[in-house]
Amino acid sequence: MNEMSAIEKTVLNDYKYGFVTNIEADEAPKGLTEDIVRFISSKKNEPEWMLEWRLKAYRHWLKMEEPKWANIKYPPINYQDIIYYSAPKQKIKPKSLDEIDPELRRTFEKLGISLDEQKRLTGVAVDAVIDSVSIGTTFKEQLAELGIIFCSMSEAIQEHPELIKKFLGTVVPITDNYFSALNAAVFSDGSFCYIPKGVRCPMELSTYFRINAENTGQFERTLIVAEEGSYVSYLEGCTAPMRDKNQLHAAVVELIAAENAEIKYSTVQNWYPGDKDGKGGIYNFVTKRGICQGNNSKISWTQVETGSAVTWKYPSVILKGDNSTGEFYSIAVTNHHQQADTGTKMMHIGKNTKSRIVSKGISAGVSNNSYRGLVHVNKKAENARNFSQCDSLLLGDKCGAHTFPYIEVKNNSAIVEHEATTSKIGEDQIFYCNQRGIDTETAVALIINGFAREVMNQLPMEFAVEAQKLLAVSLEGSVG
Amino acid sequence: MLSIQNLHAGIEEKKILKGINLEIKAGEVHAIMGPNGSGKSTLASVLAGRKEYEVLEGSVTLDGKNLLELSPEERAGEGLFLAFQYPIEIPGLTTTNFIKTAVNEVRKYRGEEPLDAVAFLKMMKEKMALMEIDQRLLSRSLNEGFSGGEKKRNEIFQMAMLQPKLAILDETDSGLDIDAIRIVANGVNKLRNKDNAVLVVTHYQRLLDYIVPDFVHVLYNGRIVKSGPKELALELEERGYDFIKNELKEAV
Repeated sequence: MNEMSAIEKTVLNDYKYGFVTNIEADEAPKGLTEDIVRFISSKKNEPEWMLEWRLKAYRHWLKMEEPKWANIKYPPINYQDIIYYSAPKQKIKPKSLDEIDPELRRTFEKLGISLDEQKRLTGVAVDAVIDSVSIGTTFKEQLAELGIIFCSMSEAIQEHPELIKKFLGTVVPITDNYFSALNAAVFSDGSFCYIPKGVRCPMELSTYFRINAENTGQFERTLIVAEEGSYVSYLEGCTAPMRDKNQLHAAVVELIAAENAEIKYSTVQNWYPGDKDGKGGIYNFVTKRGICQGNNSKISWTQVETGSAVTWKYPSVILKGDNSTGEFYSIAVTNHHQQADTGTKMMHIGKNTKSRIVSKGISAGVSNNSYRGLVHVNKKAENARNFSQCDSLLLGDKCGAHTFPYIEVKNNSAIVEHEATTSKIGEDQIFYCNQRGIDTETAVALIINGFAREVMNQLPMEFAVEAQKLLAVSLEGSVG
Repeated sequence: MLSIQNLHAGIEEKKILKGINLEIKAGEVHAIMGPNGSGKSTLASVLAGRKEYEVLEGSVTLDGKNLLELSPEERAGEGLFLAFQYPIEIPGLTTTNFIKTAVNEVRKYRGEEPLDAVAFLKMMKEKMALMEIDQRLLSRSLNEGFSGGEKKRNEIFQMAMLQPKLAILDETDSGLDIDAIRIVANGVNKLRNKDNAVLVVTHYQRLLDYIVPDFVHVLYNGRIVKSGPKELALELEERGYDFIKNELKEAV
């Protein structure tokens, strides 16, 4: 008894980001029609080609059916009961960071995200997105000196239409899947990063997503382009208030790495998971995909998934360039009634392509945690290599861990390895720690920390700290 | 130091210890011997506070403190150490990190400041030299992939780091060849002093060639049926446990 409560306390601290900011919002009426798509596009003052793109996606979406194959259960979503656009009303449109509404500024301060450039560690530039719009991006000027574009998607559509036209929807086409089509029709903001040829981005770029308004969905779109020989490390964080009703988050992220370029993409996903009885929480249905377009390019996904009521996401890499590398490092934690169906796809197309998958699932309460992954080796992908490791850790005996690895190999020079383990935190492990003077809560933290270490090591320093706190594995042991 | 009086304990309705009496003074080494199923490991587990075991009667005090009221981690804080028969593994957690956490948790219990990285490292280097233990072993995941001998050496190394008042060695010789036994026993002997005590729980006499006890107790069917000097262990080795059983039968 005692032990279980300690385990639960350790795995899921009370959700600290559940507050609501009281700010007036400019909202679209509920529901989704062609008019709503037009409304969003006109709110953003978009060019005609962008509207056409959205309408095409919307019309395609109408013909599609919601996928049902994931190992998750949730009541039917009423897409007409969602608000597709909500923007905090700001008296003046901020031209610089100094003009951001103090209330919004405070919201992000409370989340630990300072929009004050002087106060920030100089190593990270932030784009802050609340509900449907970006409210500010830091260090833009410094980055611009190197030719790096880092701005909100809305701004990019206005300022860099040629780049958006060239790249948007090339990795995740609007017809790709139900949620990506929906996203293409109604996406309202997100981040755009462009790293020019030969530039190594000197700081981490990050976007912080916050859902605030009630009954709204968040549909952001992120596009990162790394030109020949460039490098960028990008971080993404997210939180939402505690609400009884489920809210939908359907994002699309596209990464493009040219020859010799490298993109490292890290996520700490901490959307509101619902309460302990499974009421409320975010439905997190996300399409993330990167393409190693050029030879010797590399894309690495690292994710720490602790939030959301339901998570459905498979950050993938298309290994098109010869000698390109794809990596996927994941920790997914589920507790109470949370459900996660997450994993990756590695599509080997070029010669000598390599991929590595390390997935760590931690399940507690009555939650369900599934790893689903595909390793595909194309007919012409000579000498492809893949290594997959999927480990599950169970806390208690009412939760579930599942592994669905799919392997399709069409070239016999490929070497594909898959390892999977499932373990439980044993009474024996806890007693052993207890006997050395370590209390149960700290013992569980040590065990979880050990289990997740390989993935934690992949995170940039600043995020690793946040992620460790999230798993409550801080060795100082914050007893609540 | 340790005083056990009329200790009765069991697991899941099954009574295993049926009235144990034992006094251990500082500076002494006691050995508990007995055939399989006599209750040796149960005694070690009950002293350490394993919660599957239920204490039915009796008292256990360490320097006057009632151990039975304390949680396992508090007992560790009071200076009780158990070297496990089967040390467990924690993948991904380095042995060093584990020991550092243990040392500082015990210090916290005693109201002492935690050791900083420098002080901890200094202490570790010292004990590593004393225990002749390899740095590489300590940077690996706790007990993961360790050989039987490495696991037991790691137990004794932890004992060196935690400097307990009372160390209980539960079948520390099991699964070890004679060289490994000698190394482990040397480690224990180096740690002995006039202020601490050791309780060796073992089936065989051979470990006692190296860790020489002041007293030997024979545990049989949940009771200490015979106590004597170290020569008793040799007699047991020579004549087997049957001679004790026969003696008991005759007494009845």
